[in-house]
Amino acid sequence: MTIEITETVTMVRIATGSGWLPVCSSGLVEPGRAVVALLPDGAQAAVFRVRGGALHAIGNVDPFTGAGVLAHGLTGAVDGRPYVASPLLKQRFDLASGRCLDDDAVAVPVYEVVER
Amino acid sequence: MAANPGMAAPTGTEAEAGTEAEAEAEAVAGAASARRTIVLVGHGMVGQHFLEALADRGVTARDRVVVFCEEPRPAYDRVHLTSYFSEGRTPEQLSMVEDGFMARHGVELHVGDPAVAVDRDARTVTARSGLTVGYDTLVLATGSYPFVPPVDGKDAEGCFVYRTIEDLLAIEAYARRPETVTGAVVGGGLLGLEAAGALKGLGLDTHVVEFAPRLMPVQVDDGGGEALRRTVEGLGVTVHTGVGTQRIDSDTAGRVSSMALSDGSALGAQLVVFSAGVRPRDDLARACGLPVGERGGIVVDGRCRTADAAVFAIGECALAADGRVYGLVAPGNEMAETAARTIAGGADSEGEQGAFTGADLSTKLKLLGVDVASFGDAHGAADGCLDVLYSDSRSGVYRKLVMGADGTLLGGILVGDAESYGILRPLTGSVPPVAAEHLVLPAGAGAPVQMGPGALPDEAVICSCHNVTKGRIRGAVTEHSCTSVPEVKKCTKAGTGCGSCEKVLGRLVDAELEANGVAVDKGLCRCFAHTRAELYEIVLALRIGSYRELLDGHGREDARGGEGCEVCKPAVASILASLATAIGASVHVLDGEQAALQDTNDRFLANMQKNGSYSVVPRIPGGEITPEKLIVIGEVARDFGLYTKITGGQRIDLFGARVEQLPLIWSRLVDAGFESGHAYGKALRTVKSCVGQTWCRFGVRDSVRMAIDLELRYRGLRAPHKLKSAVSGCARECAEAQSKDFGVIATASGWNLYVGGNGGATPRHADLLAKDLSDAELVRLIDRFLMFYVRTADRLERTSVWLERIEGGLDHVRDVVVRDSLGICDSLEELMAAHVAGYRDEWADTLDDPERLRRFVSFVNAPDVPDPTVRFVPERGQIKPEPAATTLVALSETVTV
Repeated sequence: MTIEITETVTMVRIATGSGWLPVCSSGLVEPGRAVVALLPDGAQAAVFRVRGGALHAIGNVDPFTGAGVLAHGLTGAVDGRPYVASPLLKQRFDLASGRCLDDDAVAVPVYEVVER
Repeated sequence: MAANPGMAAPTGTEAEAGTEAEAEAEAVAGAASARRTIVLVGHGMVGQHFLEALADRGVTARDRVVVFCEEPRPAYDRVHLTSYFSEGRTPEQLSMVEDGFMARHGVELHVGDPAVAVDRDARTVTARSGLTVGYDTLVLATGSYPFVPPVDGKDAEGCFVYRTIEDLLAIEAYARRPETVTGAVVGGGLLGLEAAGALKGLGLDTHVVEFAPRLMPVQVDDGGGEALRRTVEGLGVTVHTGVGTQRIDSDTAGRVSSMALSDGSALGAQLVVFSAGVRPRDDLARACGLPVGERGGIVVDGRCRTADAAVFAIGECALAADGRVYGLVAPGNEMAETAARTIAGGADSEGEQGAFTGADLSTKLKLLGVDVASFGDAHGAADGCLDVLYSDSRSGVYRKLVMGADGTLLGGILVGDAESYGILRPLTGSVPPVAAEHLVLPAGAGAPVQMGPGALPDEAVICSCHNVTKGRIRGAVTEHSCTSVPEVKKCTKAGTGCGSCEKVLGRLVDAELEANGVAVDKGLCRCFAHTRAELYEIVLALRIGSYRELLDGHGREDARGGEGCEVCKPAVASILASLATAIGASVHVLDGEQAALQDTNDRFLANMQKNGSYSVVPRIPGGEITPEKLIVIGEVARDFGLYTKITGGQRIDLFGARVEQLPLIWSRLVDAGFESGHAYGKALRTVKSCVGQTWCRFGVRDSVRMAIDLELRYRGLRAPHKLKSAVSGCARECAEAQSKDFGVIATASGWNLYVGGNGGATPRHADLLAKDLSDAELVRLIDRFLMFYVRTADRLERTSVWLERIEGGLDHVRDVVVRDSLGICDSLEELMAAHVAGYRDEWADTLDDPERLRRFVSFVNAPDVPDPTVRFVPERGQIKPEPAATTLVALSETVTV
């Protein structure tokens, strides 16, 4: 597996067990959209930028289908808390906590993410 | 099914029973040994109402209930049988039985197994299968059978009755034979006109033959009959009144060929439906010695008991205590209630209280699209009564009210416009709050009087099928916190019978909600208080080019400046895409902010499948493809290992592509001359065609050419939902154009345009919008139709639903797009012209743009790595997604450094 890392001015970085993983340059994550990062342990993180500019990273694999698709969902917000709706069966996941808003028993992992 | 003591033979038929409930009930019965067996013979609408009434009173929990049903399916809505054709309802949608009802209440239902004998001495019922069940109480709800007049030839092939779903299916099959051109209905009553509507809907030249001097002789008077006749004839049904059917003639094969009428004329017809009334099915009762009436009907008392106290009869098979046989569902339901009450025992199980002594025969129907209602003393039988009459032959409206000498409303007849039935019927028996003339005049004539449901007293019965008063409906809102019509229906059952009270019910519920301060919100979502159609107008009028601008300027207060949501984003994206060229916005759906609004399919210009892989559908206009292009598709599929399947829209779907493969696949397809098929978008999908005149010996026009022209014209048009089309080269309709959003059928004199058709879960036959059109007229009309739909439909509303929802329905749409009643056709045509001129292939554009292409990777930090969650296994020589090992992750810790 080759993980390309391009060090530029401002990078989006995700917390992993072994430090901050540079993902891509900041400009590639546009408001309302997401990119997917492959983590060293083989997991996938979807990095979203909300309208205000803040970044959130959650697991990309939709727990209801096992498919890596959450980054391709549409975003919204409930009471100011942003969420993404899975493009497959439309369950919503809170971007900050990873909790599924439509099924209390389900959640996706959450990753710490910074820009620097 | 659990063992059932008392059953002499295994059923061998489909039996639905709740084994658990049953076992429990058995145990209770064993302990108390008071468990009775109630046998119901007949599972029609009234039979099912009886079961529900038993369940409501707790009888099903206490006693064993066994039901014998002759038809192959449980009770269904016979009143709305015609909707099977007119609204494309399925037999399942017509069912009256809630899912799991039988199991929940432990009712043993034997479908397709009619009772054939009753032994009153031994108290047993024997079914056709040989199953014999002992009873403590027997309830006969055997209904009625269609009366077929004893004319010669009535048994010829092609003669039908109109009573069951099976009858309908048989009529449908026979009508579809190419030889069947003309259909005749014997009987111009309520059911006869229903049947005529069905034949008309099947495309037959339709005749109605009625012996009486007018249509619907029981319900309406001469004036009403005349109004009805004019309207029905205006719809293309030929009406013969005052003539009888003397003989049915057949051809050498024994099939109906014509009818001899009593005036000496002959009517050529290949299909005949007898609808000359019904007769009570009392044969089972006769055979076991129960008294029946002179003209049929099992004699019952006010408690619906027959001469044998252990046997009841309800519904159309019963001769009620007032000496009448009731052929309507509402009185049948009342009888069911009475019988259930009596069997349950209790305060109202004896004597006058809750007895059935006669019923209101009020009816409101929509026959062939014509409203007909009759209520109370419709024919003015009371002494000294006076008529107040309004008749307008031009519009086919006839309204008559029968008033008592003291100003009491006694009854009435409404033809052509029965809107006021919901108000007038409950007012019957009282002095209306406004002068009678205001009640018959059309709105806008004379003094303006708006009589809403607010004018009704709380005791007024709104739903006569279930006897629900206005007070109970208000109570459902105020006490049971119902906030919508469906909730009120569930709570009170109002509006779940014949449906004639639905409009009044809706107004009542809205008024009551408003009175209670509950706002009825028609907004698109949490972000917008506007409907999709309103947002379209805002975008067009103010030339708003972005979602943000629309949300911040026109969203709900608390949504402005916010994130938006997954409901409005694609809806607004679709509006912006539809209007892009007209308002000077960017055309490409992947440009700038637009990209963040799109459903995933539109983001990658491909259809996401269950495992996160995508499918690719190149456009194949009209389904016509050269061998060279076919080979390219085959080569691409082979080289990328894609699963290949022919679609229903005459093109080829390539499944199993990973995101990063999409540009590679498309560069090969675009090089070979293919373009996006928009299978991923809410947009025009395909225009299917038959080979038409060019090859087919029946074809009358070049359907392939027309299909290609239409597909190329409307490709890429973003709409509230997907659009499908087809062109058939002759009336044989091999392209199935009548199941499409817009379908075209060639005739000898031009093109016929059908709109609003649909397949899928709720199939709907398309309606004819205009006929015998030239090529140019056809295209112009489709331009207008599509743009009017794009402009006014709700989000995710197919043309079929839109056409039924918008006020005025098909007639309104025809007025707007054919007669230009709103004066907007020029602008609709301009909008379409702008779309056609601005069309570009999204895939060719994407391949030319490195910025867009950069998004087609699985991982931003590892563009060469394919998504490992996308996996396939082999099947039948191709691939299929590996079944997901779904892992629901428990709440996990945030990973921190």
